[in-house]
Amino acid sequence: MDLNYTEEQQAFRDEVRSFLAENLPSRLADKVKFGKTLTKQDHEEWHAILNEKGWLAGNWPTAFGGAGWNAVQRHIFEDEMTSAAAPRIVPFGLAMLGPVLQKFGSKAQQDHYLPRILNGDDWWCQGYSEPGAGSDLASVRTTAERDGDHYVVNGQKTWTTLGQHANMIFCLVRTSKEGKPQEGISFLLVDMNSPGIKVRPIVLIDGEPEVNEVFFDDVRVPVENRVGEENKGWTYAKYLLTHERTNIAGVGFANAGLENLKRIARAERANGRPLIENPHFAARIARVEIDLMAMSTTNLRVVSKAAAGQAPGAESSMLKVKGTIIRQEINALTRTAVGPYAMPFASEALEDGSNLGPVGPAYAETATAQYLNNRKLSIYGGSNEVQRSILSKAILEL
Amino acid sequence: MNFELTEERQMLQDGLRRFLRESYTPTLRAELAQQDAGFSRSIWSGLAEMGVIGALFDEDDGGFAGAGFDISVVFEELGRVGAVDPLIDTALLGGGLIAALGNDTQKQNVEGVIDGSIQLALAHGEPASRFDLSHVESTATGDGDGFVLNGRKAVVINAPAADHILVSARTSGDVADQDGISLFLVPTSTPGMTLRGYALVSGGEAAEILLDDVRLDRAALLGGEGSAFEAISRVQARATLAISAEALGLMESIRELTTDYLRTRKQFGKPIGKFQALQHRMADVLIEIEQARSAVINLAGHIDAPADIRDKHVSATKNLIGNVAKLVAEESIQMHGGIGMTEEYELGHLAKRLIMVDHRFGDAIYHLERFIALAVA
Repeated sequence: MDLNYTEEQQAFRDEVRSFLAENLPSRLADKVKFGKTLTKQDHEEWHAILNEKGWLAGNWPTAFGGAGWNAVQRHIFEDEMTSAAAPRIVPFGLAMLGPVLQKFGSKAQQDHYLPRILNGDDWWCQGYSEPGAGSDLASVRTTAERDGDHYVVNGQKTWTTLGQHANMIFCLVRTSKEGKPQEGISFLLVDMNSPGIKVRPIVLIDGEPEVNEVFFDDVRVPVENRVGEENKGWTYAKYLLTHERTNIAGVGFANAGLENLKRIARAERANGRPLIENPHFAARIARVEIDLMAMSTTNLRVVSKAAAGQAPGAESSMLKVKGTIIRQEINALTRTAVGPYAMPFASEALEDGSNLGPVGPAYAETATAQYLNNRKLSIYGGSNEVQRSILSKAILEL
Repeated sequence: MNFELTEERQMLQDGLRRFLRESYTPTLRAELAQQDAGFSRSIWSGLAEMGVIGALFDEDDGGFAGAGFDISVVFEELGRVGAVDPLIDTALLGGGLIAALGNDTQKQNVEGVIDGSIQLALAHGEPASRFDLSHVESTATGDGDGFVLNGRKAVVINAPAADHILVSARTSGDVADQDGISLFLVPTSTPGMTLRGYALVSGGEAAEILLDDVRLDRAALLGGEGSAFEAISRVQARATLAISAEALGLMESIRELTTDYLRTRKQFGKPIGKFQALQHRMADVLIEIEQARSAVINLAGHIDAPADIRDKHVSATKNLIGNVAKLVAEESIQMHGGIGMTEEYELGHLAKRLIMVDHRFGDAIYHLERFIALAVA
């Protein structure tokens, strides 16, 4: 048992830290710190900087142009990224689709799409959820019917995060109604510019159009855009979800959020003293910090096992539930900390280039929006209810 | 012991519920966002005509009711539809203070409030005051026969629509003293007073107010010089009852939406309400909403009690409401899943309005500490 990083790991951390200090544009770090919405260009700019260094795809093998890091290295990198307030790496192409293509894609698909993901030529989005298929993902109803060397796709996807920026979408589609629902699903790569695709933004409760509905009306997709075998898409989808769940605990986000919360609680005054000295408020902060300290170690235990080659199973579910509870509590405390200045609706505050200064303190501006937005954490990527079912199934074996 | 509404209050509740159901149409919220005041002038007139505003004042002040249970009946109904009408600001805070402190000339404004022709706002909170009622840094200094006001007022709800703003400023004493706080009735167009208006997360509008050498006649003073604190505490207690009852109404509507959703939304081939994990959480939500209802009844029944007893109930109720509001809003969004996160679906507005209740008139932590001081220590 040794809680310290090895010398080699520490050296890697130092290398990442100094790279970020030198190469992360302060304009982007400020936007992240103050919870502003990043534009497509912001993301592309940051991806290009990391790609130049060869660090954009930490989880990809070097053979495909990735950094080939193990789980501990990836953890250190993500940790340093969040403490430096770097924009998060947009996961759809890099963390989700990339590994699927590497494992199940054809040589032609790998040669074509993987470099385009690294170079930022394609922006991918995820076509999984449907209005009738949320937690019950296997019940997807979007159909793909074979017509010569094409599939004709009809149906609707929803909750498509940042779909407004995307030129490509990977979709789960139904190619067979025989057998169990899981057995008739295929995995298709679809060009968003194909005739018959319509994207409609969905405004969330924080006022931002972060997600979309995507409609398919007789969209023709070449058969060569199918990944792997027909009707085997569920296997690939599940494989992708295990990758979606890396860094699922969000320890870095929680640490950054906790620091921000303490900064605000020191600046705010209640009854003539700093809010952080209010014993009731301080107790709430302390409780979440204590939880976070333990959860960070749970996370590292899982990361170490993964680095030693053991794929995390139910542990991912555990980390997702605990991690999101902690982050949402930090968001709620931050909203509480800013007091009456949580009330102004600052839509322009989230956007770039607003000329008006904030209505109250700058730290208060996006507290409510972030609290509202992060209610999604316990809903997406397999809701916390689904995660708890996975956990109880694993332990009860009923 | 009798927990039934009187016949009058039952009629008020029935009439108001019908009126609000008809007025708050599904498209209204989008329309309101486009209007300058953030609320509907025609709904406001309708409320005045029905006597809803008058129900918040007693007969001496030109109203016909004004007791705690009148306030709770009215605001629970407003909460049910997620109404954004500034009744707390114009009637309970503004109108209530003029009725309590005003001279005969000033009191004519109360008539205007009750008939729906006047809008008011109370500019008391400041950037550094948070929820402390006695924290007033803005100053009013004597100037010949009048006063000059300087300072800044924070998150003044309904200020952009107000004809007059009730501004508190210190005529004597230290920043946190209860003594030395004076109130002024200031027409919104007065030179030196600048408003920066903005929309609120919960709907409606507010403003930051800058007071830069605002010159006022002595006639603008509301009540005695330096002695406004007690009246401000009293209207704040009534406003806290109102927002707590409104929270209860919001919870009731959210409960209805959520139970409907659990009954109709199907995943894995059955309504999600068949899953025991969700059943038990919904049951907890129901238990807590009944706690909220009883807390509102407790406060309504003690709103005219002596200040120490009244304030113990204010803090008990607002603390409980703050905690339950968070639970109900968060659980209802979670049980809805993605749809609960959208602006378009009705739940979004109701849940946001419910969450914002904790940011006005003291949050759960503020009232926990105050309750300890008043009742436990």
